[in-house]
Amino acid sequence: MIRRTLVLILIAAGSLQAQVSFDRIVRADQESQNWLTYSGTFFSQRHSQLTQITPTNVKDLEPQWIFQARTGEASNTKFEATALVVDGVLYTVQPPNDIVALDAATGRQFWIYSYTPSPLARPCCGRVNRGLAMLGDTLFMATIDAHLIAVDAKGGRPIWNIAVAKPEAGYALTLAPLVIKDKVIIGTAGGEYGIRGFLAAFEAKTGKEVWRFYTIPKPGEPANNTWDKDSWEHVGAPVWLTGSYDPDLNLTYWGIGNPGSDYNGDERGGDNLYSSSVVALDADTGKLKWYFQFTPHDEFDYDSVQIPVLADLDWQGSPRKVMLWANRNGFFYVLDRTTGKFLLGKPFVDVSWASGLDQNGRPIRVHGKVPSREGTLIYPGNQGGTNWYSPSYSPRTGLFYIPSWANYSTLYVKQDVDYVEGLRFGGGTGNGPKAGAVVAGGFNYRKEEEGFGAVRAIDPRTGDMKWQFKMSDVTDAGILTTASDLLFTGGREAYFFALDARNGNLLWKFTVGAPVVSGPMTYSINGKQYVAVAAGSSLFAFALRQ
Amino acid sequence: MGIAMRPIRIPVVIVFLLAAASSLLAQQQYTPVEAEIGRQLFTNNCVSCHGPEGDAVQGVDLGHGHFRVASSDSDLVRIMRNGIPATGMPANNLSQEQAKAIVAYLRSIAASAASNAIPAGDVSRGKAIFEGKGECLSCHRVAGVGSRLGPDLSGIGRLRRSVELQSALLEPPAEVRPNNRFIRAVTQNGTTITGRLLNQDTFTVQLLDSKEQLVSLSKSNLREFSFVTNSPMPSYQDKLASQDVADLVSYLASLKAQVNP
Ligand code: HEC
Repeated sequence: MIRRTLVLILIAAGSLQAQVSFDRIVRADQESQNWLTYSGTFFSQRHSQLTQITPTNVKDLEPQWIFQARTGEASNTKFEATALVVDGVLYTVQPPNDIVALDAATGRQFWIYSYTPSPLARPCCGRVNRGLAMLGDTLFMATIDAHLIAVDAKGGRPIWNIAVAKPEAGYALTLAPLVIKDKVIIGTAGGEYGIRGFLAAFEAKTGKEVWRFYTIPKPGEPANNTWDKDSWEHVGAPVWLTGSYDPDLNLTYWGIGNPGSDYNGDERGGDNLYSSSVVALDADTGKLKWYFQFTPHDEFDYDSVQIPVLADLDWQGSPRKVMLWANRNGFFYVLDRTTGKFLLGKPFVDVSWASGLDQNGRPIRVHGKVPSREGTLIYPGNQGGTNWYSPSYSPRTGLFYIPSWANYSTLYVKQDVDYVEGLRFGGGTGNGPKAGAVVAGGFNYRKEEEGFGAVRAIDPRTGDMKWQFKMSDVTDAGILTTASDLLFTGGREAYFFALDARNGNLLWKFTVGAPVVSGPMTYSINGKQYVAVAAGSSLFAFALRQ
Repeated sequence: MGIAMRPIRIPVVIVFLLAAASSLLAQQQYTPVEAEIGRQLFTNNCVSCHGPEGDAVQGVDLGHGHFRVASSDSDLVRIMRNGIPATGMPANNLSQEQAKAIVAYLRSIAASAASNAIPAGDVSRGKAIFEGKGECLSCHRVAGVGSRLGPDLSGIGRLRRSVELQSALLEPPAEVRPNNRFIRAVTQNGTTITGRLLNQDTFTVQLLDSKEQLVSLSKSNLREFSFVTNSPMPSYQDKLASQDVADLVSYLASLKAQVNP
């Protein structure tokens, strides 16, 4: 009896500690045993301070446990989530919209919360969810039928559930939300359905909407004139990956997706702001502070939804707050994140649609390199030089690591399409009949000149490549680096592997049996470091052999 | 966003015919590349019921522009996407653009049909040539007999039109389809291994070697690893009489086993 009371008291004490305050997320790099937000910290570097696993002992990594997602879902679901770990508990998702709480040391399950999304949901590219956000004792999940749900992290019961947008019109939420202060921020996918994209912030306690930023300005608002002929209404510009945050500037940064129809821009002349751009918003009000457009008048599906990676660099002799960005359009950029000023840009893969960038970072277009009815071969192809897979920046090596598709092109074919609510609004195809187009998860018959995956390490001060690790197939895997100079990633070939972050040497690999289509993360429990990654329908946790 | 599709090649003959025929298309202009995208989609979504020539459903001859319900291109797009209630025609998960590409393909085969009369052949004579002097079995397999190195042709008649079969014999494309690629590897100790590529990754390669053994090699043990550039499929333009070719085409068109493409 006495003992049981004691246990109860201990659990109660533990629970108080488990509260994830906003301050803890701001200082997440000081508690590397946990992983408190999608990209690890607000700066989204995916760089952990944990050093137990080193280039010398990484060969002794072995699986500790494997969680197999139980799902009745069709095979087009991909396990794209990065888990959260808070004081020994791992929170992740399983398709389509379940939350799972596991013992992060053993993989044993505490609870599952199951949400059944509306059959009207129609996410373009798989019924995916990339993960959760947490504040206090509450988890937040955005769903493919465009709901935002708050769930009690202890009991696994819903606290509130709000409809954010209409799934039947193509709105879907696939990203992990971002918690800033007392708000939960999400953005909506649906760029292939001609939605009107937006970001919105909700009170974490109640779910009440606090602000909304439309990624397409309406008439009367600045930049609406970048859309010809009243074309602004059904033109996408979605948001489907988690943004970043600078607490000192109180700015939150988000990548904005492609305009619609994707491959046919005839009806939407102009630069089409803020599609294929990054926006910096005041985190309290959602007011636009600055924007930078990577691909004006995008007709290549070059969503700029990549993770904004924030770093404080010594820039040409003085410290500077920058943002590092390898864009789907094939260029690597460094921006000043206080002002949005363009500092540097260089291709990191083959690029044929632009010959370079001008002094403001605007692409210098190559004549004739646009989608056409006959088909136009363009580098990079429509999946981009990189895509949504998280890059990593290591302040130790000073290198920026990009999951890249090198040598890769698409035949862009333009077709006519009418906007109909809830129907695809592509305006052509970006996969045309070109040998070497790729088969997701299929066998690999690829020749190198048809495109290959690579981890490319870029020096942000010059934009030059320091090293690369080539794969024979392409990759959809994110990258994690650690303070012991390890780099973890995977690819379509179903390996999960570790490289030396300083030189790209392969140090360890393990066959996970399915493509890695997620970003790895790391945590530690009682002094033991784990590295976790999702592949296929399973989540794998590795640690050193004891 | 979007998932990349299976790679395909453009048969030269079809492209040529389309280019010539496109001016004849009454309803709408389509480009050869649209028709080629449509051909792939048709093969993946429609042939199992409509057959490669589009004439397998009674009263419907898609390849000659004979439809029971549709009269315009937009009718066709709508029917493909929504189906026809109370008939065998289901709704299909196709985008507007995909459905339009299939229309482009159907219009293209209708336009080419007239100028493309395939001479009549004899199935059993074709079979004899296939198994005899044609030596097709040295590379191909039909109903469990023959080599596994080239594509299995047991169900080729369900997938390809007669004109396509004919051009496969007379003008095989210079480069093989990606999933029929052959490779040549030389090991560190000098052994040469050739065969059909089954799979590969950064570290290993899997193939069906010339002795039809399943072989898995570690790339680090290879001195050389290269793709064979020319298609192994020979042209029979000057090797077989035109009647032999017609017989072979009839035989191939009659091969309708249920197999995956
Ligand atoms: C030396 C090997 C070889 C011989 C002999 C050969 N073929 Fe082929 N054949 C191939 C290969 C390899 C391909 C695949 C080409 C590609 O994918 O582009 C092929 C393709 C074909 C195709 C097209 C298949 C498709 O999917 O469209 C047909 C039809 C065909 N062959 C028929 C024949 C016939 C009939 C003969 C005998 C007269 C023959 N082949 C002899 C190797 C051979």
